[in-house]
Amino acid sequence: MPVLTYRDALGQALREEMQRDDRVFLLGEEVAEYNGAYKVSKGLLQEFGPMRVVDTPITELGFAGLGVGAAMVGLRPIVEFMTWNFALLALDQVVNSAAKTLYMSNGQFNVPIVFRGPNGTALQLAAQHSQAWESWLAHIPGLKVVAPGTPYDAKGLLKAAIRDDNPVCVLEGEMLYNTKGEVPDDDYVVPLGKADLKREGDHATIVTHGKMVLVAMQAADQLAKEGLRVDVVDLRTVRPMDTEAVYASVRKTNRCVVVEEGWELCGVGAQVVDYVQRDCFDHLDAPVLRVHQADVPMPYAKQIEKLAKPDVPKTIAAVKKVLYLE
Amino acid sequence: MATPTASANGATAVLDAPSHAPDPAGDAELNRALLRSMLLQRRFEERTAEAYAIGKIGGFCHLYIGQEAVSAGAMSVLRPDDYVITTYRDHGQALARGISARAVMAELFGRSGGVVGGKGGSMHLFDARTNFLGGHGIVGAHVPLGTGVAYAIKYRGGDQVCVCFMGDSVPNTGAFHEALNMAGLWKLPAVYVIENNRYGMGTAVDRASSIRDMYRRGDAYGIPNAECDGQDVFAVRAAMREAVDRARTEKVPTLLEVLTYRFMGHSMSDAVSGTYRSKAELDEELKRDPIVQLRARMQERGQIDDAGVQALDDEAKAEVQDAWDFADASPEPGPDALHDHVLVDTTS
Repeated sequence: MPVLTYRDALGQALREEMQRDDRVFLLGEEVAEYNGAYKVSKGLLQEFGPMRVVDTPITELGFAGLGVGAAMVGLRPIVEFMTWNFALLALDQVVNSAAKTLYMSNGQFNVPIVFRGPNGTALQLAAQHSQAWESWLAHIPGLKVVAPGTPYDAKGLLKAAIRDDNPVCVLEGEMLYNTKGEVPDDDYVVPLGKADLKREGDHATIVTHGKMVLVAMQAADQLAKEGLRVDVVDLRTVRPMDTEAVYASVRKTNRCVVVEEGWELCGVGAQVVDYVQRDCFDHLDAPVLRVHQADVPMPYAKQIEKLAKPDVPKTIAAVKKVLYLE
Repeated sequence: MATPTASANGATAVLDAPSHAPDPAGDAELNRALLRSMLLQRRFEERTAEAYAIGKIGGFCHLYIGQEAVSAGAMSVLRPDDYVITTYRDHGQALARGISARAVMAELFGRSGGVVGGKGGSMHLFDARTNFLGGHGIVGAHVPLGTGVAYAIKYRGGDQVCVCFMGDSVPNTGAFHEALNMAGLWKLPAVYVIENNRYGMGTAVDRASSIRDMYRRGDAYGIPNAECDGQDVFAVRAAMREAVDRARTEKVPTLLEVLTYRFMGHSMSDAVSGTYRSKAELDEELKRDPIVQLRARMQERGQIDDAGVQALDDEAKAEVQDAWDFADASPEPGPDALHDHVLVDTTS
């Protein structure tokens, strides 16, 4: 099977979907002539032309709204945010226009749009360019929120997102673009709303998504060397959340750690903990623990940036704690 | 013809051109239809205020009384397959676009027979049948949406037009600027209509906008622009016809400022004249009531007599009474309605 980077897997998804459906078009800052700030859209301008691969002014609110309007009348726009950090400027359109139009119009107008771009913490980008937004977006009824952790999932989830008739936010891991994995050439989709058991074990469950899948897998490798086997449940889709997959694992292992890039308060992990305590209370042998970003804006300096981020050692420590080994 | 890079002077010349002078005679049938539309809007909203007062309508409710010539004139030049997108002051526009008074009143009553099944209320009227794309409640946020609709028209190579109505507060928002910049840059078939009723809520335009002539903002985006008298339905029609033709045939947007006035307060929480404007000002504006003006001009031309006006008004009142009765009889949305239409069911 071909090995591709996460970046190229996303690019392949875009190309295949644009070939398949001429209503699909891509717009955003630098997506066309520059080939994309993160090179996801490389070559698409040449193949599809400037009406379908559209360089926009640096105006997130404006072009996100333009995408919503086009979607309301039947096109299938993919809005690339150069990073989700900049998408805050467009959040009114994502929330008040994209997410609510179907409901407000009583089903008359749906908004088949994809908002996508890099999300999460990066390296020494400091407070305004290094943060994770999934809990903000997952809070909103009317949105689907997807966070692929591997190249395979990146292609399959993005294709599913483009075919979905709802607004879907695709949160790509900013530090994952160069990671590699097997990606079939075929036209496959990874269904939205289905979690994936990325690794099997019976001592504890790690629930995670997006870039933290990599961290959880590395932690699982190291734990295995100590004879500790963990399930890694990759949510893949944060909203709707596949709670059954989480429950199945927790009912097997009886211990659970949630790893995410966002802040603690009102984070995705907080929701997972709520579901688990509600539906797996009798199966738990320890309180559910969370690994997340420190409750601070991201600092620039390397040493304290490291302290702020969830990582492999913090994940291992949390797993050992739910096993009462530390 | 103003070019996309026209100066303010060049652009305002659009309305000085003889072909755009208000229709001197008009067509009796068309004028009757315009008067009928304006009377229906007026009578509908008078009853709306009454229904609000007795608690049949809740929430926010922004009346359009005084501005009926804008909706009637603008809609009268559109084709059924054109698109309309607007703000929360949308009742009059919905009626003028041809949405039934029954469906609008039932929506205001929060009933299942409403145009959006009671989900939207006053501010969120949507109707796919008439390409009426809402009904948006965040000031300025629908302008990029209208621009996206125009982009979709261009993408498909169609010759429809998207008309985007907005209040006078909108040109001060970032969304307006971002959207018009793209519309000017990409030459999108949109007509942006600023309904300048002189107040953004209770703040007079000259206390909120750095320039008084809002249409001139089009110059900043290379968009032809003009203003017209919004209390004269013929002037609105002439200006809209020019703008719509330009969008349809030349694929160029227009920014049109329509000078109008709202006779009621900003919303039902606001007294009729408000603390922010004088009674004398309101009385002066009431003399320019667009319905009275149209009626007078039709009578001068012998296109209608007093009995004819009375008959049209009676018809409008009867239609509104029918709408009220329909709304009252329409069931409340059932519990199932709470959760439907959050997402489209898809199998991907």
